[in-house]
Amino acid sequence: MTISIDPQKTNNESLQPKGWLRYFSFSLDHKVIGIQYLVCGFLFYLIGGSLASAIRIELASPMSDFMPRDVYNQVLTLHGTIMIFLWIVPVVNGAFGNYLIPFYVGARDMAFPRLNAVAFWLIPPSGLMLVASYFVEGAAQAGWTAYPPLSITTPQSGQIIWILSVLLLGGSSIFGGINFIATIIKLRRPGLKLMQLPMYCWAMLGTSLLVVLSTPVLAGTLILLSFDIIANTGFFNPVLGGNVVVYQHLFWFYSHPAVYIMVLPAFGLVSEILPVHARKPLFGYTTMVFSIMGIVVLGLVVWAHHMFTSGTPPWMRLFFTIATAFIAVPTGIKFFNWVATLWGGKISINSAMLFSCGFIINFVFGGITGVALAQVPFDIHVHDTYFVVAHFHYIVYGGTVFIIFSSIYHWFPKVTGKMLNEKLGILHFIITFIGFNLCFAPQHWLGLNGMPRRVAEYDPQFQFVNQISSLGALLMAISTIPFLINVFLSVRNGKDAGDNPWNALTPEWLTSSPPPVENWEGEAPLVEEPYGYGKEISERKL
Amino acid sequence: MTTLDSSKEIQKNNSEVNETHEDFRMFGLITFLIADGMTFAGFFAAYLTYKAVNPLPDGAIYELELPIPTLNTILLLVSSATFHKAGKALLKDKNSESQKWLFFTAFLGIIFLICQLFEYFHLPFGLTDNLFASTFYALTGFHGLHVTLGTLMILIIAWQSRIKGGRLTSQNMFPLEAVELYWHFVDGIWVILFIILYLL
Repeated sequence: MTISIDPQKTNNESLQPKGWLRYFSFSLDHKVIGIQYLVCGFLFYLIGGSLASAIRIELASPMSDFMPRDVYNQVLTLHGTIMIFLWIVPVVNGAFGNYLIPFYVGARDMAFPRLNAVAFWLIPPSGLMLVASYFVEGAAQAGWTAYPPLSITTPQSGQIIWILSVLLLGGSSIFGGINFIATIIKLRRPGLKLMQLPMYCWAMLGTSLLVVLSTPVLAGTLILLSFDIIANTGFFNPVLGGNVVVYQHLFWFYSHPAVYIMVLPAFGLVSEILPVHARKPLFGYTTMVFSIMGIVVLGLVVWAHHMFTSGTPPWMRLFFTIATAFIAVPTGIKFFNWVATLWGGKISINSAMLFSCGFIINFVFGGITGVALAQVPFDIHVHDTYFVVAHFHYIVYGGTVFIIFSSIYHWFPKVTGKMLNEKLGILHFIITFIGFNLCFAPQHWLGLNGMPRRVAEYDPQFQFVNQISSLGALLMAISTIPFLINVFLSVRNGKDAGDNPWNALTPEWLTSSPPPVENWEGEAPLVEEPYGYGKEISERKL
Repeated sequence: MTTLDSSKEIQKNNSEVNETHEDFRMFGLITFLIADGMTFAGFFAAYLTYKAVNPLPDGAIYELELPIPTLNTILLLVSSATFHKAGKALLKDKNSESQKWLFFTAFLGIIFLICQLFEYFHLPFGLTDNLFASTFYALTGFHGLHVTLGTLMILIIAWQSRIKGGRLTSQNMFPLEAVELYWHFVDGIWVILFIILYLL
């Protein structure tokens, strides 16, 4: 059976709001939805970033000065939840996925446009609900992990709103995942083979599989947790015969894959950006595909490495240590592939390239500490210390957020038809890179020396290093200013970009900038070699 | 008549410029059901872990009476068969027969829910009595929610199939096929639930 698309319906622009107003409408256009995700996510990033700054200001001195201890815990909980569920996951999946995937598969929209719009419009209300939960009597203060019994015994109203909001965000994520899988598998242009897809499609396919397989488990767990809080059941309450470790297992069954949900799309994006700016084909396409799928499979069976201190039996420690160490293999393959892509290339040093290289440097650092943390003896030593905080931020900030910025510099000309200012972009990169490393590198030392995380007060001997870290955080906050100035100036009167300013070969550059409503004026082009750089034009298969 | 003709003309013109693609709504539904199944998998895993590692307090009742759940299992399995019948009838354009089978399926679903509630009211334990009781109500309740939604959807498609050439016809089987797949999924979950909760 086939479905026909009625051009009268989809093309009827007179019924759709025009200009910036369409970004506030229930638009079904995947490009509009992608930008909605990005801008909405960035606004929440600013909120989460302000909270992070508040945390670092508080930690500049060993005593609890301007935040009482419970307020510190609430701020920390809100910071973690906003950054993960409202900034990184929606932006790196929803924003770039929605914008790029239909181009890459040669389609005019996503497979289920209405579901797509629903998935986005779940985010602003649940995000506002999450922020609002801070202002109720007794805001959530159990961290983004919401471990019981802490989450059961602390004040309840905030925790319940927190759970409700995360459930809605999880639903949005699942709807998005279903849409991406259907689009990539089913909506490919006739003649386009799976192994000809740009790497970001593979990354999003893997990510969406993880979303579909693991997010529902988190939903079930949070429903059980809310029963514990509201209905006084005892699933996770040891006093009533429950078991807290079961919560940890179920939670990490989602939340370890969630790390890959946050970082795999970034792997895909960097694989798109590097070949364009190095003018070389992506090195080792097939190994890249298999390593992504390897990470997906292994990512589902390593969750208990977060729980080495939770009374895990020795066989479990052994299994999860080995499985986690194995993940370093596909990840290492990808790392070497990126470096080999750069090797001997005609590298242009621009903001997109700088952020991508920053990603590679930070990510290899975060990866090495990750392998170290997988080893039980080491993990028991640094568990719940700042070492873990440093490792995590090297992956999600140094990894994913760097790639988000890199992608904004790379695709801004496509979205708006205007170039971003390179000088401001490079300034943005330099401040971010220095600030980020200044903020998080010293935290490895703090963790190794035993400073616990998630505590407002600490031993005065750590003060100096904490102040260095806070200085780095200040630089990171400042780095947002040149970026915002750059975006506002360039949208108003940036240099005209033309359709393909980077001379890229992936399909989204083969249409006008900004693209028309249905992506292509005529038929979608068949791009059999998305990375065919460095060849004569006659040899290229377009 | 002229208006009808011209509208047909427009439709014909449109269909020439229309692009067609494969119907992948069923694919999306299957993906969703896998996700939904993972929620149940999480619940089952939690239940089995509790059973293995968390001893119940002395005197806790965790042996369940079997007659009602066995009847419920039979009801759901029969309802799967009757749903299948409805689909076959619709394929042969026998709308009223299909509608009868659909109403019968919905009726079986409602009986299932009534039996489930009856069981709830006669069980010797409440939601917060002990860990087993809580897990029992969470699992059967979550499944019952699925049955409730399924029954509502069956009633909706039964209503839609009332006239020939309406929303649900042999040319447009998708609503029926989608609800049927969902209903079989809910059945399958019940069978697993019945085995590990009542028999194991």
